[in-house]
Amino acid sequence: MIMSQLSPMITRMKRLNIAAYAPFIALLLLIVFSSIASEHFLMPRNITNVLRQVSYTGIIALGMTFVIIAGGIDLSVGSMVALVGVLAIMIINGVGDGWWAVAMAVASAIALGGVFGAINGLIITRGKVASFIATLATMSIFRSMTLYISDAGEMVSENQHFSDIGGGYLWAIPYPVWIFLLLAVAYHILLKHSAFGRHVCAVGSNSKVASYSAIKVRWVYFLTFMIAGLSVGVSAVLLASRLNSVSPGDAGLFYELDAIAAVVIGGTALSGGKGTIWGTVIGAIILGIINNMLNLMGISPYLQGMVKGLVILIAVLVQFKGDR
Amino acid sequence: MNVPVMQIRGIVKEFSGVRVLHKITLDIFSGEVLGVLGENGAGKSTLLKIISGIYTKTSGSIKIDGEEVSIHSSADAKRFGIAMIPQEFNLISSLNVFENIFLGNEIKKGFLLDKSLMRSKANQLLKELQTDLNPDSLIEDLSVAEKQMVEIAKALVNESRILIMDEPTTVLTDHEVDIFFGLVETLKQRGVTIIFISHKLKEVKHLCDRLAILRDGHLISVDDVSDINEEDMARKMVGRELNQIYPKLAEHKEDVVLKVSNLSINGLLNNINFTLKKGEVLGFAGLIGAGRTETAEAIMGLREKDSGDVEINGQPVEINTISDAVQHNLAYLSEDRQGKGLIMNFDIPKNITLISLSSYVRGLIQHNKEKTVAQDYVQRFDIKAASINSNLANLSGGNQQKVYLSKWMDTQPNILILDEPTRGIDVNTKKEIYHFIRSLTDQGVSVIVISSELEEVMGLSNRVMVMRAGEIMGELTGDSINEKEIMYYAAGLKTMARA
Repeated sequence: MIMSQLSPMITRMKRLNIAAYAPFIALLLLIVFSSIASEHFLMPRNITNVLRQVSYTGIIALGMTFVIIAGGIDLSVGSMVALVGVLAIMIINGVGDGWWAVAMAVASAIALGGVFGAINGLIITRGKVASFIATLATMSIFRSMTLYISDAGEMVSENQHFSDIGGGYLWAIPYPVWIFLLLAVAYHILLKHSAFGRHVCAVGSNSKVASYSAIKVRWVYFLTFMIAGLSVGVSAVLLASRLNSVSPGDAGLFYELDAIAAVVIGGTALSGGKGTIWGTVIGAIILGIINNMLNLMGISPYLQGMVKGLVILIAVLVQFKGDR
Repeated sequence: MNVPVMQIRGIVKEFSGVRVLHKITLDIFSGEVLGVLGENGAGKSTLLKIISGIYTKTSGSIKIDGEEVSIHSSADAKRFGIAMIPQEFNLISSLNVFENIFLGNEIKKGFLLDKSLMRSKANQLLKELQTDLNPDSLIEDLSVAEKQMVEIAKALVNESRILIMDEPTTVLTDHEVDIFFGLVETLKQRGVTIIFISHKLKEVKHLCDRLAILRDGHLISVDDVSDINEEDMARKMVGRELNQIYPKLAEHKEDVVLKVSNLSINGLLNNINFTLKKGEVLGFAGLIGAGRTETAEAIMGLREKDSGDVEINGQPVEINTISDAVQHNLAYLSEDRQGKGLIMNFDIPKNITLISLSSYVRGLIQHNKEKTVAQDYVQRFDIKAASINSNLANLSGGNQQKVYLSKWMDTQPNILILDEPTRGIDVNTKKEIYHFIRSLTDQGVSVIVISSELEEVMGLSNRVMVMRAGEIMGELTGDSINEKEIMYYAAGLKTMARA
C-alpha cells in the first residue's frame, strides 16, 4: 500500500533531477543545522551581516558564472577588485567632496572593471591564450599595478558621502545586498531569456557547433569576460565604500577562489555549457554561512580554508555523479 | 573444426541509448576463416571491437572453449588469445622487426634482454610464415605488406588463436595480396582462427570458409561460402531493392540558382566550377578526402578561399562568414552531426532555433513560440523523443539528424547542402530523409547531396559531380550516372574532356 504510493513519487523525484536542486537542499540543511548549532545565527543582525559579506564575492561570482558557462575561467578578479578600488578612491579624492564625486567614482569603477575585463577578453580571444593562463598573468599584473600606484599604502577616501553606499540600508537590508539581488535577477534574465545567454551556453557546450550555427563565438566569449569585469567594478566600489578605504595588498585577496567556489557549489559545470544564476546566489550564500558558522562556533580561522575546500570538493563530486 | 572456439550469445551494444547491435549469436570454429560482411554502419567493427576488448558489450555473453569470459580491455583479449590486426599498424618504426615482434613479451636473461634468443625465435617464426623478412630490418624501411606480416608475427608470439583482421587487403598491392592469401593458408594450418572483414566480395569468396552477413546491427545469415554467390551476398548486405527506398527523381527547372566559378584553396581545392538549378538534386561523389566537404565549407564561408566567385540567382555575392551564407538562404548540414551540428546537452527547441534565434526574440526570447515551432517540426519529421525537452544526447542518430534538418529548415533555405546526410542512420529514417529531400525540391529548394555511399548519390541525384584530389573530374547526367562511371572518375581513370 505504502509502496504503491511511494514508487510514483520516487519516479517523479528522479525526473526532477535531484542534482539540479542539490544546492538548494544543501542550503536548507545548512540553515537548519546552523540555527540549532548557534543561537546567534538566526538573529537579524547576524543574517544581514552574512548577506552583506556574501554580496561582495557574490556579485563577482554572478559575472564569473557567465565566464565559466562559456567554458572559461577568470583568476584575475581578486586583483582587479583591488586595482579598481584603488583607482576609484584616487578618482573620488581627485574630484572633490560631494555626491557628484561619488557618482563619478561609481561610474568610473564600473567602467574600469569593464575595461579590465575587456583586456582579459582581448588577450584570450584575439591572442588565443587559454583563459586560465591569460588571467593568471593579469592577476599578477593587476595586483602589481595596484601596489605600484598606491605605493603599497592604504588608500583612504576623503569624501564624506562615499561610505553611505556600502554602509546604507533600505528596509533594514544593506544596499550591497539589494544590488547583489538586483544584479542576480538581471543576470538571470540575461542568461535564460536573451539570445546572448543562449549563445553563451552554446559556446560553452560545443564551440564548434556554435560557430557552425553562425554564432560569433569569439565575440560571445569576449563579452563574458567583460561582464565579469563589470561585476568586479560594482563589487570593488561597494567594498571600498564599506571600508571607506582600500588596502592594496589585501583587498580582494582570494576572491577569485570564493567566486569560483560559489559558481561550482551552485551547480554550474566547470567544463562549461550549463549553469544557473540562482545556483550561484545559493552557492555564495552557502559559503557565507559556512564562514559565519565557523566564526560563531569558535573554530580556528586557520581551519576555515580546509572546510571551504572540502565543501567545494563535495559539490564537484555531487555534480560529477549527476553527469554520469 | 567441429568444436566452437568462441561462442557469441545474444550480444547487444548500445551507444547512449541507441542500439547498434541486436542480439548477435554466432559460433566461431577452430581453424576456420570467417568472413564478416556488411555495409558501413552495419555493426561489423562494433562486434569485432567487443570481441577484442575495445568496446564493452551492453548485454550478452561470450564463451571461449566453453567457458564464459568477460573481455573488458585489449589486455583481457590478449589473455584469451584474441588479437586484432589494426588497419593502422601499432609498430614502433625506430625499432627493428624482432624487437617489435617481442614488444611487451621480451625474453630476458636476468635483467637484460636476450636479444640473440629473440632474434633466432623471430627468424624461425618468420620462416614458418614463409617470408624472407630479416629480423634485423628497421620497421621504417618495410613496405606496408611487410609491416602487416610483422603485426601477424607479433600476434602469434602472443599465442593468439583468434586473429581479427579489419580489411587487411585494402592497403596491399595485387602482388602483396597473393602473398597475404598464402599467409592465411599457413595460419589456418597452424590451427589459428581468422575473422576477416572485407568489402571485396570476390576476395571473401576466395578466402573464407564461412560468411556472416550483418545489416543494421542484425546478423542476417551465416553461410558456408560454397552455398552463396556474390549476388546473394550483395542482396543480403543491402537487404532491399534500390527503387523501394528512393523517391522518383525531382523535376527541376532550368534557372541556375547557384553558380560557383574558379573556387580554389591552396593545397585543397583546385578550380572548382559548377552550377545548381532550381529544384534540382546535385550529387557530389568521390572518395574520402576528395575535397567535397571543403567545397561546401568554402561556399558557406566556413573556410577561407584563395579564389572563387559565387553567384546566387545570377547576382554575384560575397560570402565570407557563415552568417553571410545564412542571409543568402544557404544551409549546410555537416557530416559531423555531433561535432559540428548539434549541441548534445540542449533540448530539441533550443537546438532547432539556434541559428534562427533572432526571429524568436522580442526583447526576450519567446519560449512559447520556440516550443510551438519545435513541436511542429517534431510532428512534420516524426522525431521520436521521450519529450520535446529531452537532451539531444538521448536521441538516436536518426532522430538527431531530423532535429539537425529542422534546425536548418528553420532558417528557410533556398539552397540546402547535405553532407553525408544518412551516415549511421537506419534504413527507415534514410527513406524518410530521401522523401523529405524530394518534397523540398518540389517546393523549389535546390539540394546538394555529398555522399560516400554511391547508391545514395545515384538514387537521389539529377546530376552528379565526381571529385578527386580537390578537383572536379567529371559531371554525369541521366543514364551515365552509374557505379562504373563514378568510380572511373573518382579513381582518376577518366577525366572530363574540358571544353
